[in-house]
Amino acid sequence: MNRVEGRDKVTGRATYAYEYQAGEAAYVYPVQAAIARGRIRAIDAREALAMPGVLAVLSSDDPPELQADADAELALLQNREVAYYGQIVAAVVADSLEIARAAAETVRVEYEAEPPHVQLRADDPDLYTPEKVNPAFPTTTSQGDVTAGLARADVTVDETYTTATMHNNPMEPHAAIAAWAPDGSLTVWDSTQGPSADRDLVAKVLGLPADQVRIISQHVGGGFGAKGTTRPHAVLAALAARAVKRPAKVAVTRQQMFDLTGYRTPTIQRIRLGAAADGRLTAISHEVVEQTSMIKEFAEQTATPTRVMYASPALYTTHRLVRLNVPTPSWMRAPGEAPGMFALESAMDELALAAGIDPVELRIRNEPQAEPDSGLPFSSRNLVACLREGARRFGWAGRDPRPRMRRDGRYLIGTGVAASTYPARRRPSTANVRVTGDGFEVRIAASDIGTGARTALTEIAARALSVPADQVLVELGDSALPTASLAGGSMGTASWGSAVVKAGEDLLKNGGTEGTADTSEDVEADSELARHAFGAQFAEVRVDMDTGEVRAARLLGVFAAGRIIDETLARSQFIGGMTMGLGMALMEQTVVDEHSGGFLNHDLAQYHVPAHADVLGIEAAWIDEDDAHLNPMGAKGIGEIGIVGTAAAIASAVYHATGQRVRDLPITPAKLVS
Amino acid sequence: MKTFSYARARDAAEAVTGFTPGTMYLGGGTNLVDLMRLGVAAPDRLVDVSRLPLDGIGFAGETLHIGAAVRNSDLAAHPLVRTRYPMLARAVLAGASGQIRNMATVGGNLLQRTRCPYFQDISRPCNKRQPGSGCPAIEGDHSNLAIIGHSDHCVATHPSDMAVALAALDANVYLTGPDGDRVITMPGLHRLPGDTPERDTVLEPGELIIGVELPPPPPGPSTYRKVRERASYAFALVSVAALLDVAEDGVIREARLALGGVAHVPWRARHAEQALRGAPATEVAFTRAADAELAHAQPLARNGYKVPLSRNVIVRTLLELMP
Repeated sequence: MNRVEGRDKVTGRATYAYEYQAGEAAYVYPVQAAIARGRIRAIDAREALAMPGVLAVLSSDDPPELQADADAELALLQNREVAYYGQIVAAVVADSLEIARAAAETVRVEYEAEPPHVQLRADDPDLYTPEKVNPAFPTTTSQGDVTAGLARADVTVDETYTTATMHNNPMEPHAAIAAWAPDGSLTVWDSTQGPSADRDLVAKVLGLPADQVRIISQHVGGGFGAKGTTRPHAVLAALAARAVKRPAKVAVTRQQMFDLTGYRTPTIQRIRLGAAADGRLTAISHEVVEQTSMIKEFAEQTATPTRVMYASPALYTTHRLVRLNVPTPSWMRAPGEAPGMFALESAMDELALAAGIDPVELRIRNEPQAEPDSGLPFSSRNLVACLREGARRFGWAGRDPRPRMRRDGRYLIGTGVAASTYPARRRPSTANVRVTGDGFEVRIAASDIGTGARTALTEIAARALSVPADQVLVELGDSALPTASLAGGSMGTASWGSAVVKAGEDLLKNGGTEGTADTSEDVEADSELARHAFGAQFAEVRVDMDTGEVRAARLLGVFAAGRIIDETLARSQFIGGMTMGLGMALMEQTVVDEHSGGFLNHDLAQYHVPAHADVLGIEAAWIDEDDAHLNPMGAKGIGEIGIVGTAAAIASAVYHATGQRVRDLPITPAKLVS
Repeated sequence: MKTFSYARARDAAEAVTGFTPGTMYLGGGTNLVDLMRLGVAAPDRLVDVSRLPLDGIGFAGETLHIGAAVRNSDLAAHPLVRTRYPMLARAVLAGASGQIRNMATVGGNLLQRTRCPYFQDISRPCNKRQPGSGCPAIEGDHSNLAIIGHSDHCVATHPSDMAVALAALDANVYLTGPDGDRVITMPGLHRLPGDTPERDTVLEPGELIIGVELPPPPPGPSTYRKVRERASYAFALVSVAALLDVAEDGVIREARLALGGVAHVPWRARHAEQALRGAPATEVAFTRAADAELAHAQPLARNGYKVPLSRNVIVRTLLELMP
């Protein structure tokens, strides 16, 4: 189905956060720390305050009133400590953006600087074990005896894989407008993945009851996780508006996004695998080292996919963190799975080579009967079917496993495969459906961040009500609508759809004009099962023998993700994820200045995401999967699984082409040229 | 806030006459406007020279004259450029994106500034942006910076692809300025950083590029090869503009070679050219020539890969030009 808001978007009528008219707005521009560690000794804003058009300068000289237990990344200007380069240390509020920015450049901040620690190292003496990993998984799991499993293995792999710091780069930079009403209530037009959660957090930080805050987020130009949690700009807009008693606008620049909107932690992952001669695993160990900031703990759940993937009598996973003078990492498409499966699936490829077993076959031989770590039965699991269907479509049969065997002119050609997985969860949501003059109106505080959620919910509601889709109007993107979970964790459609279907049923059942639903009890009552989507990723690469340039000639992903609600939207999600996986494999990498801290390549010219020219052949397919244990739609989330495994498939294809195993992403010419 | 005035010059003379300290000439704006947004450039006055009547391409005798206001996309698409100077057409098309090439001018392309991350971030020291403040790139991230001709003050590279081809082609750059007109042969327009990295070129204040003249190319095929991790819209890790003329007996009559992405200037590889002239056109000779040039390279801690990369690309590009 075409996007229901497609016409609005291509004609420019779709309104994004920064574009609302909210009275005579003031403009806010942050002053960012120019050191990565230390204290602010003094802030001199006299020159800024003397500039015509400047309304206020906010700083820790007069800390704005916030709740004492506010999230540390949102507790703006509360103290004199600098936790990272680029942290907001002051902000100028002015009549225009230009004045605010020019004035911000005149604010003199005097620091007491200390040498920062910004480089993740596996031997950092300050590594510690967090109590849980994002969002609430155990840090460490252990089944059986890994040492014994490795000791009796015929074949072993013991390698360390590293992934780079990476940043989400949605097309729409973060922005917010905040307006206080005379009654003390606050409206924020924000670029967010979840109006309800954003409302709750903004209210909490400001010490307001949740019903005093309204978040409006009709259209969002991409998020990938960067807009999944409330970011400082929304709080800053509210504080500025409160200070100058006018609506206030904040537009985060692309460069500021790198500092202020989260990123994927770099990871150092040691994988140990042991297998019998027939390829059956005797031990799996996945040990992760990653970073967080000085002010807040975020522990990416990097080893969690390893708890799901393969049968083994011994299975050990663990995470350690180190606090560095860096911003707090956060969500980036498939946090955990994306970096974790690069390591695990690269190691599986190495094991396949060492054991002399085809890598597709190796994975099939290690298919578990139940979820390996928890022992729970799977609601459905069709990894094997994805591998077989992918192998058939890709033309995998007869592949010569030896590296450097295929050549086309000066290009070495190789193929690789990797498995993919992502949890299929849902969260409580509420929804309301009512009869209007010419159809039905569905109301839910969901968020369409460009995924097509509005369209998918239209289809879901139309099916539930047994009416054509053009009789359904979906209202979302507003916290005044019935509370809903956020667009994250590939849970949006499953969570919102459950509520919409239930509300539709309620309307039909009572024969009235309105139906309501709250799925809290349904979600609570969901049986204890392992619910995951699975997939198989295949890649063919061409590597220039002279330069080490890698191009992905073909990418194929085959996924088993329950029932696909809309083929057009699903294909976009899958190939979008795979393209992001291509970026992770070959180019995406945020560079930190080791001496001063801070991110260096903070724009789209320097931080490379794939261009169209990088995406040569890309295909997504799916197999039918009938799973009655998920939700009324029978659907698993598909927003993230596309990125999972792509980098491993590409890295294995690069090995197959060149004979060089690159265990350190991204695979750039510098690492291949000789 | 920082205000500036904007004026559109009717002709080159008016642009130069109106030049005052604090004035900058504006071409397509694809770099200067970005630098103004970043706070790296803060002119008091912009004189728009993008619409000067300098937008023609045509032969004057044996030389091809290209006006300074010619857009990059028009230059690359011009039949005379495509047929007689293929390395130039390819170099231009290797740069930026279609949209940027539609805006960018020949004069502006030559005068674009380095994309060194420290230069572009006003929160950090940079000798090129703020003389004497230091060069954090030397101890920091220089993975895509210079390996040759750099100094203790600056390790930046010149970002242009077009300029690399112009350097290989002995292009003449025509200037007009307060003290009259002059001509500079490429790669002489650009200068090594030395202890004054704030100066990218030999242009004097107020001097304006009005055109580029290409002498007849030496016989022989030519091309441009750019290496980058992203297939489009990325600056070169290394690039090579090359021309090779091989006599029937297999001896090299003439070779032209210039490198991009390795130095503060488009780097004319004269040592390599010298080694090639009169040598047999063989892979061994090409490798020897590349090594003769790269013997002068002084890679930094994290850009050593550019030495083998340059060698490989030089050798491969020359091999592909063999008859």
